[in-house]
Amino acid sequence: MDRIPILRMGNFLLVTIQVDLYDRLALTLEADLVQMVKKTSAKGVLIDISAVTIVDSFMGRIIGNIASMSKILDSETVVVGMQPAVAITLIELGLPLKGVHTALDVERGMNLLKSMIDDFDDEDIEEDPDGSLAE
Amino acid sequence: MVLSLSKDTIQVVREQDVVLLRNRIKEVAVKIKMGLVNQTRLITAASELLRNMLRYGNGGHCVVEIVSSGRNNGVRLTFTDKGPGIPDIALAMKDGYSTGKSLGLGLPGTKRLVNEFDIKSKVGEGTTVTIIKWANG
Ligand SMILES: Nc1ncnc2c1ncn2[C@@H]1O[C@H](COP(=O)(O)OP(=O)(O)O)[C@@H](O)[C@H]1O
Ligand SMILES: [Mg+2]
Repeated sequence: MDRIPILRMGNFLLVTIQVDLYDRLALTLEADLVQMVKKTSAKGVLIDISAVTIVDSFMGRIIGNIASMSKILDSETVVVGMQPAVAITLIELGLPLKGVHTALDVERGMNLLKSMIDDFDDEDIEEDPDGSLAE
Repeated sequence: MVLSLSKDTIQVVREQDVVLLRNRIKEVAVKIKMGLVNQTRLITAASELLRNMLRYGNGGHCVVEIVSSGRNNGVRLTFTDKGPGIPDIALAMKDGYSTGKSLGLGLPGTKRLVNEFDIKSKVGEGTTVTIIKWANG
């Protein structure tokens, strides 16, 4: 396997990582995802890592990169299903994945994404100088 | 005293060897009934050291051993390369220090994840890093 498939679901992109990534595969995913976010103007990216047993500093950095690049393209990233052992190890390694939102599973991740996007819409309304649209 | 109960060597020359080494470590860790969190710490540490070996040391090999000390069983990994070596080990062990524009967490992070950590390096000769994770350490 030399590419990880990216699924489009409405406004969101969903990536399910089924294997422990080695470097080239991870870099390809990073590039592919950023391309897809650009092309589809997706509002959210969901990365399911529930099948991933090891995240080292290289992989952690790629996840962080995906999140920060998507952010520049106006898209939020949520990482779902991180195994507890992986979460503990990342903290001890010194990489707490700041700026990356996490959720327990895909469903909750979706809801989190939706609520973040709704929040932005609300902000827009409240900032309306006319004020008539604010509740 | 630390006794070696089993020993094998894995050559590391390509990034795909990461997968091979991870699987081998997983096997021995399960054999000595190491818990999942400790397995994850150990394999993550190994992943960091292997990456360093490939990136900075031109590849090398890793010796995977089951070791025993008193009632404790553990896994000892020894990573050896014949790369350029590390001129200032104290500096390389600092969080955030990297000559490769990456995170600089590999060496200090690895030390935090394992029970025993030893690094020896000679400029022009190479680097050897040895770690031990005890099954219930
Ligand atoms: N096997 C090695 N051979 C030569 N230099 C090394 C080796 N391992 C680590 N180093 C040096 O130590 C530094 C810190 O390593 P590390 O903590 O893993 O961070 P990073 O890999 O992000 O640079 C590296 O940038 C490199 O200069
Ligand atoms: Mg490193």
